[in-house]
Amino acid sequence: MAEIVAVIASTHHPFYYRASTATGDDRPPFADEWVAKIERFRETLTKARPDVLVMVGSDHFHQLWLDNMPQFLVGKAPFYDANWYNEEREFGLPKMLLHGEEDLSQHLLRNGLDAGFDLAFSNELRIDHSITCPIITLRPEADLPIVPVYTNIFAPPMPQPKRFVQLGQAIRTMVESWPSHQRVAIIGTGHLSLELGGPRQFGPHGPDPEFDRKAVDWIASGDISGCLAEVTLDSLHAPGNATHGFMDFMLMMGVAGEGAKADHVDTLDLFHTMEAYFTWYPNGAPQ
Amino acid sequence: MSKYLLDKFLYTVDRDPELVERYREDPAGTVEWWERERANAVLNCITGEHSTWQKFEEAERAALVGHDYPALFELGAHPFLTLTLFIAMFERDYDEPLAFQKEYAVRLAHFPMPYPDIAT
Repeated sequence: MAEIVAVIASTHHPFYYRASTATGDDRPPFADEWVAKIERFRETLTKARPDVLVMVGSDHFHQLWLDNMPQFLVGKAPFYDANWYNEEREFGLPKMLLHGEEDLSQHLLRNGLDAGFDLAFSNELRIDHSITCPIITLRPEADLPIVPVYTNIFAPPMPQPKRFVQLGQAIRTMVESWPSHQRVAIIGTGHLSLELGGPRQFGPHGPDPEFDRKAVDWIASGDISGCLAEVTLDSLHAPGNATHGFMDFMLMMGVAGEGAKADHVDTLDLFHTMEAYFTWYPNGAPQ
Repeated sequence: MSKYLLDKFLYTVDRDPELVERYREDPAGTVEWWERERANAVLNCITGEHSTWQKFEEAERAALVGHDYPALFELGAHPFLTLTLFIAMFERDYDEPLAFQKEYAVRLAHFPMPYPDIAT
C-alpha cells in the first residue's frame, strides 16, 4: 500500500512569488526572512522524498462558479494547467502545467463516494493559487504528479467545519489503502484570520491576532476536539470575513489525526495576514 | 435582491481583460450593455439556452454604474469579487503600494459586525 510520508498544512500567500523574486528597490524588507522560513519549510517536504502530492485547496471563483458549485471536488485528469489571468494580473503568478495522478484520483473518488462523501469530480480542471502557491513554496520544480482536492470555503452555504475534519480523516485512510508503492505527501492550504474586501483588510497584521494564536496552537498540537468546540460557520465571521479558509486547516488536522503534534511549526507575522507552516511525519521523521 | 446577478457581473468582468478596461472607462455603458446582453447568459451554454428572468434592482444597477464599492458591500456582493475587480481597475491610480486597498478599508470602516449577508 501507499505510504504517507508527510502531511503539510500551510497558508497560501499569493504575494510570496513576487516578494521572493523581487530584487533591488522592489524587494520588500520582509522578503529575506520570509524566504528563509519557506526554505526551511520546503526542506521538510524534500527530505520526505514524496512521489505524489495530494493538494487540498479552494478555487477562488476561477473555474467553479455559483451556477454549479460543488462542496468537495476531486480532480481526475492527466494534466492540470494552472493560474489565471487575474492572478497573473494581481500577483504576478506564472502560468504552470502539472501532471495528474489519475489512479489515485480514481481511488479517492470511488472510496470517498463509498464512505459517504458525495464528491464531485472534474476531468478538466485549471487550478489556482490555492494549489500553486504551495507548489511554488514547497516544490518549485513542479515535477511531481498531483491529485487536486477542492473545497468550498468561499460561497455560502458551506459544509460544517466537522465535515472538513471528517473528509481529512477519510483522505488519510483512503491514501493509506491505495494499492501502490508510491510515497504520498498530503498538502493543504488555507488561512488563519483574514479579511478581504472589508474594513479590516490590509492592516499591519492579520485582523485577529488572538484567533491566530489559538489557531496555531490547535493545529500544532492536533487539538481537533478543542478546535471543533469553538469553531462554527458563524464564529468564523468574527476573526475576518475570509476566515472560513481556516476550514482547510481543519481538514488537514483531520489528515494528521487527533492529538498529532506537528514536527515542524513556524509562523510569520506579515502585514494583512499571519503566515503559518506545519509538517507532520505520520511514520516518523525521515532520516 | 439579485446578489447572484451582482456577483455574476463582477465575476464575468473580472475574468476578461477587455471588460475590465471597458468597465473602468465607461461604467454606465458597460452595465447597460451587460444587463441587456450578458445577464441572462448561462455561462457554459453558447447556443442560446439562456435564462429569461435575470435583472438588476435599481440600487444594484446604481452601485455598479457608480463604481460604488461600499454600496456593493452593503448590498451583499461577494467581497472577494468586488475587491479583486476594483484593484484591477483602480490600484494603478495610486503611487504607494497597497494605498488603494487601505483607502478601500477606510471607506468601509462604518460597517459594524456582522457584515451584510453574502449568501446567494
